[in-house]
Amino acid sequence: MLVSWMRSCRILLVLFYLIFSVVDLSASENSSVKVEWSGYIGLESRVFVDDPLLPVQSANSNSIAFQPEYYREWNDGRSSLTIEPFIRYDSGDNERSHGDIRELLWLTVGDDWELRAGIGKVFWGVTESQHLVDIINQTDLIESIDGEEKLGQMMIDLSLIRDWGTLDLFILPGFRERTFPGEEGRLRTSLVVDTNRASYESSREEKRIDYALRWFNWLGDWEVGLAYFNGTSRIPQYIQNGSALIPHYPLLQQTSLDAQLTLDAWLWKIEAVSRRIEGEYNSALTGGFEYTQAALFDSDIDLGLLVEYLFDDQGKQALTPFEDDVLIGARLALNDIQGSELLAGVIQDLDSNTLAYSLEASRRIGDDWKVEVEMRLYDNIAADDFLYAFRQDDLVQVEFRRYF
Amino acid sequence: MRKITLITSVLLLSFSATLAWAETPEEKGLAIAKEFDRRDNGYIDTASDMTMILTNRHGTESRRQIRLRQMETPDDGDKSMSLFDEPADVKGTAVLTYTHKTKSDDQWLYLPALKRVKRIASRNKSGSFLGSEFAFEDIGSQEVEKFTYKYLRDEVYNGLDSFVIERDPIDRFSGYTRQVVWIDKAEYRYQKIDFYDRKNVLLKTLEYNKYQQYLNQYWRSDEMYMVNHQTGKTTKLLWSNYRFRNGFKDSDFDRSSLKRAR
Repeated sequence: MLVSWMRSCRILLVLFYLIFSVVDLSASENSSVKVEWSGYIGLESRVFVDDPLLPVQSANSNSIAFQPEYYREWNDGRSSLTIEPFIRYDSGDNERSHGDIRELLWLTVGDDWELRAGIGKVFWGVTESQHLVDIINQTDLIESIDGEEKLGQMMIDLSLIRDWGTLDLFILPGFRERTFPGEEGRLRTSLVVDTNRASYESSREEKRIDYALRWFNWLGDWEVGLAYFNGTSRIPQYIQNGSALIPHYPLLQQTSLDAQLTLDAWLWKIEAVSRRIEGEYNSALTGGFEYTQAALFDSDIDLGLLVEYLFDDQGKQALTPFEDDVLIGARLALNDIQGSELLAGVIQDLDSNTLAYSLEASRRIGDDWKVEVEMRLYDNIAADDFLYAFRQDDLVQVEFRRYF
Repeated sequence: MRKITLITSVLLLSFSATLAWAETPEEKGLAIAKEFDRRDNGYIDTASDMTMILTNRHGTESRRQIRLRQMETPDDGDKSMSLFDEPADVKGTAVLTYTHKTKSDDQWLYLPALKRVKRIASRNKSGSFLGSEFAFEDIGSQEVEKFTYKYLRDEVYNGLDSFVIERDPIDRFSGYTRQVVWIDKAEYRYQKIDFYDRKNVLLKTLEYNKYQQYLNQYWRSDEMYMVNHQTGKTTKLLWSNYRFRNGFKDSDFDRSSLKRAR
């Protein structure tokens, strides 16, 4: 699978090289070329508070990550190429030492359309606790358990920007498998997920071409997105095979709605999906609000309160651990020179009372450094809860990033 | 017929003379603000670069690099796009603002790491812009309709004959009770603004220096200096590379453009 993915990447690279050389020739005439390098190197330490559940699992680990970005723009900014590889070496888990092409995207812009081709990343949705509607990119789960890190997805995306909204048409060749911790890794299921034996409902397996449509518009205080996806599910099912779990990726038709209403300091949010897998329909929803008290006590501090309800009608059989849960969280922005921020929250399972706490804080040091602290703590986990295998995996993570 | 016209004109003249004579401080203040606005009208669009130098009480400096694009819209407030280049960790972050004359502004934030566009509560106007002494509301387009006015006095400021007017923000979420503004009579340019906080105590002073005229009409200050009297912190904005009439379109200021603006 990796091999075919690498092969596709190589073909793309060659293609881009060709486009590039042609563009270079034409660009040298009008000299409106802009080239930028940026990115970061990150040093990360993960400290697990408790001993691992299984002796084979690693204790604390250190890792280093590198994510440079090359950006080139020509044709008065109407065409661009972005290349963003990512690589991490991790001392605790072989699987977490991994690399990816986050972006290798060519963009060209017309008056009322945009065309993107290559490997890219797309975000859909409005909520904070989970991103039900966001389906184009696979989750790079091994990077972060919060699901916010994504793998690059091969795509052709035509965007039509009209008075009635923006319509995006996606063709998605090539499926990306979800990443999982290896045997020595933490924050994993008690049986290791064997990604080498992934199975698919589609006979074309990871070579199936998926497609998606999204309409988005905003009017006054409202923003609304409607989307349809037809392809291989980004979330796998698991089949037990001996001492391993085999990820199985079924075909999925997903229809989704996301909306936000912005009223002064209140953001009201909803995301809802209807999924059809193997003839069965299932729906899930996230909804809630974020209220921000700006200039708290006449200081520069903004304090936000987040409340979201997470629901999945498949209950404990749901593809995610959140089937009847509530998030209560707070977001603090100090608005100081260092741009200090903190986001803390707890997700409580309303049936089993399982509690998952998370805290993310960041602060700039000098002009080019940033420190990020993440904590994930689990409490009171019920034996039938998805998160039960994480009961020994309370995590404190510190990362120093040098941006350039 | 001619006689009637003559009488009407005489009547009208004396009427407007009476008006001028009876002009209240509020009317005069509003008239000055409108004249200020009229003179800056028709610039169509601008692009500029800004360096922000933040200095704390101990003299430690921190820099920000931002590019701005702004466009007039008929019958409403300006549209603007701010692109952050420095510090490096916020590079690629962009803010799109639709200023409105009467209702609250629309604002979107683009977070490049997640490729996420977030509609944000524009009520957040009293908050600090990137940790500086400028609040969002100080940076945004200053529409006439966003304040009530009162003419205070004439004064010579920095050797320039100036009007001194007070303007009170209408928005209840503003961080200020009032602002006192010095505008020179010859060219109608802001020279200085005193900002009074919610307790009506002097909070900040903003000075406008190094004005340059563009297209024989539009004045832009190359150096703005904000002092926070309560914290001792200062912020200097150095503007450069002003370009007018770039031919920007609405599509350069829409939600999609936010994702690809560089």
